[in-house]
Amino acid sequence: MGKRKVTGLVVYLVFVLLPIYWLLNMSFKTNEEILGGLTFWPQHFTFDNYITIFTDASWYMGYVNSVTYVVINMVITLLVALPAAYAFSRYKFVGDKHLFFWLLTNRMAPPAVFLLPFFQLYSSIGLFDTHLAVALAHCLFSIPLAVWILEGFMSGVPREIDETAYIDGYSFGHFFVRIFIPMIRSGIGVTAFFSFMFSWVELLLARTLTSVDAKPISAIMTRTVGAAGIDWGVLAAAGVLTIVPGVLVIWFVRNHVAKGFALGRV
Amino acid sequence: MALVLNDISYKVDNNAYLEGINLSFEAGSFNVLLGRTLAGKTSLMRIIAGLDKPSSGTIEMNGQDVTGLAVQKRNVSMVYQQFINYPNMTVEQNIASPLTLAGCPADEIKRRVQETAELLHIQDFLQRYPLELSGGQQQRCAMARALVKEADVILFDEPLVNLDYKLREALRVELKSLFKSRDCIAIYATTEAQEALALGGSTTLLHEGRVLQSGLAMDQYAKPVNLDAADLFHEPPLNLFHASLRQGKINFIAEHSVAAVPGLNQLPDGEYQFGLRPDHITLEANTEDHIRLDGLVDLAEISASETYLHVSVGDLSWVAHIQGIQPMHTQTPVKLYFPLHKLFVFDSQGKALNWPELQRSGSGSDG
Repeated sequence: MGKRKVTGLVVYLVFVLLPIYWLLNMSFKTNEEILGGLTFWPQHFTFDNYITIFTDASWYMGYVNSVTYVVINMVITLLVALPAAYAFSRYKFVGDKHLFFWLLTNRMAPPAVFLLPFFQLYSSIGLFDTHLAVALAHCLFSIPLAVWILEGFMSGVPREIDETAYIDGYSFGHFFVRIFIPMIRSGIGVTAFFSFMFSWVELLLARTLTSVDAKPISAIMTRTVGAAGIDWGVLAAAGVLTIVPGVLVIWFVRNHVAKGFALGRV
Repeated sequence: MALVLNDISYKVDNNAYLEGINLSFEAGSFNVLLGRTLAGKTSLMRIIAGLDKPSSGTIEMNGQDVTGLAVQKRNVSMVYQQFINYPNMTVEQNIASPLTLAGCPADEIKRRVQETAELLHIQDFLQRYPLELSGGQQQRCAMARALVKEADVILFDEPLVNLDYKLREALRVELKSLFKSRDCIAIYATTEAQEALALGGSTTLLHEGRVLQSGLAMDQYAKPVNLDAADLFHEPPLNLFHASLRQGKINFIAEHSVAAVPGLNQLPDGEYQFGLRPDHITLEANTEDHIRLDGLVDLAEISASETYLHVSVGDLSWVAHIQGIQPMHTQTPVKLYFPLHKLFVFDSQGKALNWPELQRSGSGSDG
């Protein structure tokens, strides 16, 4: 690698990592130091901001809520999308190609369009301010994409494998779990990753459909202007903690995602 | 144990894939389905396996009607043209899977898997995954899984097509010996007449979803029922020409008029199609009843020690299969000779009326 290339990469890396570094930096500072002046390293290193988050239920419950509906969303998405994608990849039925395409049009509308109908509907059936409400709302966006991605992977598996399994004596369910799912596990990894990412970063629906019991961390972070002004340090610590799950998920699925990007339909 | 197909038809969206198939297969027999691509070989096998349901007709196994029976409940196995194995299981688990599902005891499974793997020479790869093996070994694994089950019917859908030439020859020889001692029905589909001839056993010719002819491949080669059947066995195809037969004489190409040989004498006067194997054409007159044709060389295709000579005779294009290397330039005038008693005769619908005698031994020019 040439010297120029190295310099270029270092510059790029600095630009990319600077905001994250700054967030981390702030999270270990006191409010006085943050507002006081420019320091590249915490002068009075403190864990107080993190302690606040982990001890105050109004903070840490935000994470619990977010993780809860994200997980519910991922589970529902996979449970629905796996059979749907299998049907699209294996069976011919009237209008299958049209339906497959129009599934994706759900994603053409911004989530804001659905705010009002969701809010009204959930309020009237008592789903408002529950984890399920947010998870279901997010499913509207994550399922079509999941079906689309999984169908690409499933179509890459020759139909003859299904048939050989039936000839060997597998029932459909047994074949699906024992043979088919392991064959498309990269696809499932990619799908889970995308539905996690969508649900984890989505703010508008999550904030509107919740008030107290299921309030997500992203909503809590945007409402921290207290009587004493903005608590910068705690906010920065919350930001760092919000990045962590995303990093963990990417770390665990990185091989599948890389393979999935190369193989399937992403 | 016998498998009987009664009047099987298979249609999808008004496309007929199979029509009126009546066949029966005996236990312990090795059967070949010979036909071109889209002749219906795979459709027929899928129906026998139970993967597709025939539009009409019935399938009987040992006298029992199994037409609507689910795949899982039929005791069949199938080997595809593609190498189909379960990629997430080792070779051992792959071979064992039909037995595991059938609930065999573990020690029996181990013994049978070991036996079958040894039969197919993959006993050293049992702990590997199929995708870590070569194509030939993958297909051996698929075959082992089909054999281990001791199914009543084993279907091979062009299993050797995706293998290279040498491997194909070797596996074909093995396959034949594998079935000598088994009392299952083996059905083997192929597009290659050479394969059908080499495998022996009873052969069924399929063409456009219909059975053309059943019997031994050797007899079909010698006496095809019609032009389509003759076509299946000849590559390059028969040289065909139209000519009329009048009072025992054939009148054809460039006003040649030749006394017909005894076999042809019995045919009534009229228009016929005559066919000639490319092997029966020579560049020298070495028989008594030969016919000479004058033509121009279109192309001399030299393959190893043989030459395929493409020649224009009048407005017909002929192919001569000639031993030895014959480097000839395009447009070279050439004289072709062929013996009259080697002619096939077909009527205008393509039905065969007369066949040349096969030379049983000796010169080998009938190869």
